[in-house]
Amino acid sequence: MATTTRSKQLVELDAATVRFCGDSGDGMQLAGTQLTNTSALAGNDIATFPDFPAEIRAPRGTKAGVSGFQIRFASTEIFTPGDQVDALVAMNPAALATNLCDLMPGGILVANSDAFDDKGLAQAGYTTNPLEDGSLESYQLFPVEMTKLTRAAVDGLGLGQKESDRCRNFFAMGLTFWLYDRSLEPTLRYIDAKFGKMPAVAEANRRALKAGYNFGETTDAMASQYRVSKAELAPGLYRNITGNQALAWGLVSAAVRSNCELFFGSYPITPASDILHELVRHKNFGVRTFQAEDEIAAVCSAIGAAFSGSMGVTASSGPGIALKTEAIGLAVMTELPLVVVNVQRGGPSTGLPTKTEQADLLQAMFGRNGECPCPIVAARSPADCFNAALDAWQIAVRYMTPVFLLTDGYIANGAEPWQVPDVDSLPQIEVKHPPANENGEPFMPYARDERLSRPWAIPGTPGLMHRLGGLEKQDVTGNVNYEPANHQHMIDTRAKKVANVAADIPPQEVEGPASGKLLVISWGGTYGACATGVREARRRGANVSHTHLRFLNPFPSNLAEIIGRFDKVLVPELNSGQLRMLLRSKFLVDAIGLNKVQGKPFAVGEIVEKIEQIVKD
Amino acid sequence: MSTETALPVLTPGDFASDQEVRWCPGCGDYSILAQMKKVLPTLGVPPEKTVFISGIGCSSRFPYYVNTYGMHSIHGRAPAVASGLKIARPDLSVWVITGDGDALSIGGNHLMHAIRRNLNINIVLFNNRIYGLTKGQYSPTSVLGQVTKSTPAGAIDTPLRPLCVAIGCEATFVARSIDVNIKHLAATLKRAAEHVGTSFVEVYQNCNVFNDGAFEYATGRDVKADSTLTLENGKPLIFGKNRDKGIRLNGMNPEVVELGKGISEDDLLFHDEKAPEPTLAYLLSRMSYPEFPEPIGVFRDIDAPRYEEVLGDQIAAAQQRGKGDLQSLFSSGETWVVQ
Repeated sequence: MATTTRSKQLVELDAATVRFCGDSGDGMQLAGTQLTNTSALAGNDIATFPDFPAEIRAPRGTKAGVSGFQIRFASTEIFTPGDQVDALVAMNPAALATNLCDLMPGGILVANSDAFDDKGLAQAGYTTNPLEDGSLESYQLFPVEMTKLTRAAVDGLGLGQKESDRCRNFFAMGLTFWLYDRSLEPTLRYIDAKFGKMPAVAEANRRALKAGYNFGETTDAMASQYRVSKAELAPGLYRNITGNQALAWGLVSAAVRSNCELFFGSYPITPASDILHELVRHKNFGVRTFQAEDEIAAVCSAIGAAFSGSMGVTASSGPGIALKTEAIGLAVMTELPLVVVNVQRGGPSTGLPTKTEQADLLQAMFGRNGECPCPIVAARSPADCFNAALDAWQIAVRYMTPVFLLTDGYIANGAEPWQVPDVDSLPQIEVKHPPANENGEPFMPYARDERLSRPWAIPGTPGLMHRLGGLEKQDVTGNVNYEPANHQHMIDTRAKKVANVAADIPPQEVEGPASGKLLVISWGGTYGACATGVREARRRGANVSHTHLRFLNPFPSNLAEIIGRFDKVLVPELNSGQLRMLLRSKFLVDAIGLNKVQGKPFAVGEIVEKIEQIVKD
Repeated sequence: MSTETALPVLTPGDFASDQEVRWCPGCGDYSILAQMKKVLPTLGVPPEKTVFISGIGCSSRFPYYVNTYGMHSIHGRAPAVASGLKIARPDLSVWVITGDGDALSIGGNHLMHAIRRNLNINIVLFNNRIYGLTKGQYSPTSVLGQVTKSTPAGAIDTPLRPLCVAIGCEATFVARSIDVNIKHLAATLKRAAEHVGTSFVEVYQNCNVFNDGAFEYATGRDVKADSTLTLENGKPLIFGKNRDKGIRLNGMNPEVVELGKGISEDDLLFHDEKAPEPTLAYLLSRMSYPEFPEPIGVFRDIDAPRYEEVLGDQIAAAQQRGKGDLQSLFSSGETWVVQ
């Protein structure tokens, strides 16, 4: 940066949490993403929480249209984007009104004062201007005329007022970058790449960004600058990655490592569509993506591809998974490998499309007709989606079964640093197709190996012609069969096969004391809040340990034994108690729930509070 | 091929499975199965490269009775399963076997989109104008007023015309045949197999248990010549026991005329299955008994790009620019090193 002499006080911090909020058209997601990438490149550990409304453009200036992006960057290892924010950048009164509750007392509040006119105030429900009426006295308030200053910065480039105002988010970024002593270079590179073909727009964004930065540097109002040093991460090459991107790359890697061609059938749905958007870019890996006419066709096409020998994958969110259920039953009956990704969102029905929830666990477990078991794998963080995808495919091919891979809107859209793995360290996934049968003996498509898995014979192989289908199969021959004893046998066999997956699951580990008063059991995207909360509670003296489940069906074989070593069990979930119900029925354990279904992730404080309350009793 | 080792000669027996056929005695499906087994060995595709995909319904039991790869999938979804299969494996010969309920009711959406994508697959719709497997409810092709178990006072919704639906979805090959018209049926199935792109064939199929005689007008010895019209490419539309009647265009509408009496063959409508616009095929597909003879044969046979081929080209082009490499993918874009 050009700033060689520092005129302001520089304060060192371990971590900082910043939230940009404004209208959904104000470019807040971009501002957040740029601060994320810049902080990641600066060597911080990061965690992000994009939060946006389901409406693409709700009426301007209303609370319904407020979009936010929260990022925490730290010099230590972190697992959540933070409960409260240290700095809030509010582009209008509605954004202030809906986000102020999360700002730390004494926190930094930057507001675009130009937007606090009578109309804006009225839309947000303010009767007086909060920037002037003293109601924000407990914060470090910085009203900034962002609209005016941005217009001045881009003056002379021939942009209309609307286009000029579109650069305001870059002004806000520039100011925030100054506040946290961040380099402008990554964002300048982004502007070049993104707007290179529109020189005037590129220049306007550059000027707005620098104007924001320089405003921080020169204004007397801002006395301090903050710095968060590099985090002590394990040595290696890092990149920033979102959950959906990591999941897509995990799928591509699983295909490469199993010498299969990836076929991805899907239908657009929030918050899963980014997986499709990412995979279409990887045709050079032979990836075939198919945007089907509906959710049912998406999964059915993946089943057709699986029958032919491809790695069949479909992805959706709750409502789409509901539509796919009959076909997933077909995959269970035909015993074909398939990965079904559910990026969970708020339900029921259309629910809260852009908000997070974990309420589809029982849908994955039981949401099909008949006795229809499927293994379930859940990712715990954005980067972990990569490994979870490899795990899901490994189980699917090894056991010839559809496998659910659960993520959620929070980790799908959230980002964190990912240490780039050495490709050779990734698991080699064995896929076997039986060879041609030339001796004329009849082929037995439902003969089984020691895992109870059947052979994956694929079209094109002479002598192995066979017919699959949804009707009950005769053991070994695979012919249609309605005999009572055979049906019982096949039901039992399919259940045993899925139960056998436990043999391939690594033993469950406990973080903290191996036995004691309280065990917190979590799964999926709540890992960050639960891990941080348990550590914090233990630091404050509580006798508490933590175990986080990646495999939800079947459970790891040592889970019962672990549970037995603790007096009490707490299960925090973003649902009304779904894992808790499974644990209670499976292990007869009187597990306590901490349940929240508000479309928001857990705050660490909520976990700590509940732990302390239980431990005290 | 002559210099290669001679290919084994395939016979219908090579395509017969060991499964007992369980359609009702007298069902039209037997005839379609027999003609299919006659046609398959003539296509130059071995059984292991052939796949039959079906949905649910009487017709959808078909895959069990041919010794190829096959899947008896779920209701209405056969075109979707077949699409994934064909996209993943363009080398396979893929057939979809479906019925009027399976294809046009529960699976209407998939049928529509499979056809518009023009994958190189063959869709054979057994139309018996009734739900047979569920024992006699009316179907989307049942005629107005048809009395069935679920319509005791007569069906009140306008039936779909399968070929009109297919043409509306930009089908590149559309044909119709009749279960008992075995030579015509075999020839039609062969034409469908040879067409590169989605072939859609409607087969009038008698359900002798729940809708017996639904196509009597088109199959009865004394009436069929006057109530059907065999399409021949480039030929005038002539029909009738004495081949003395024809179809003439009057403005935008077809009309039945008698030859002679000042009307010659040249005045008739001539069939053109290669017409780029589907107007003629659509007009023919709307002709129905008793106002008109119902055309059988190939209505439309045009060439258009196949989805799986274009996708294959896109993949080949991407790979020409550099095959995928995981390590370079992981390291692409902005990265940083922690020492």
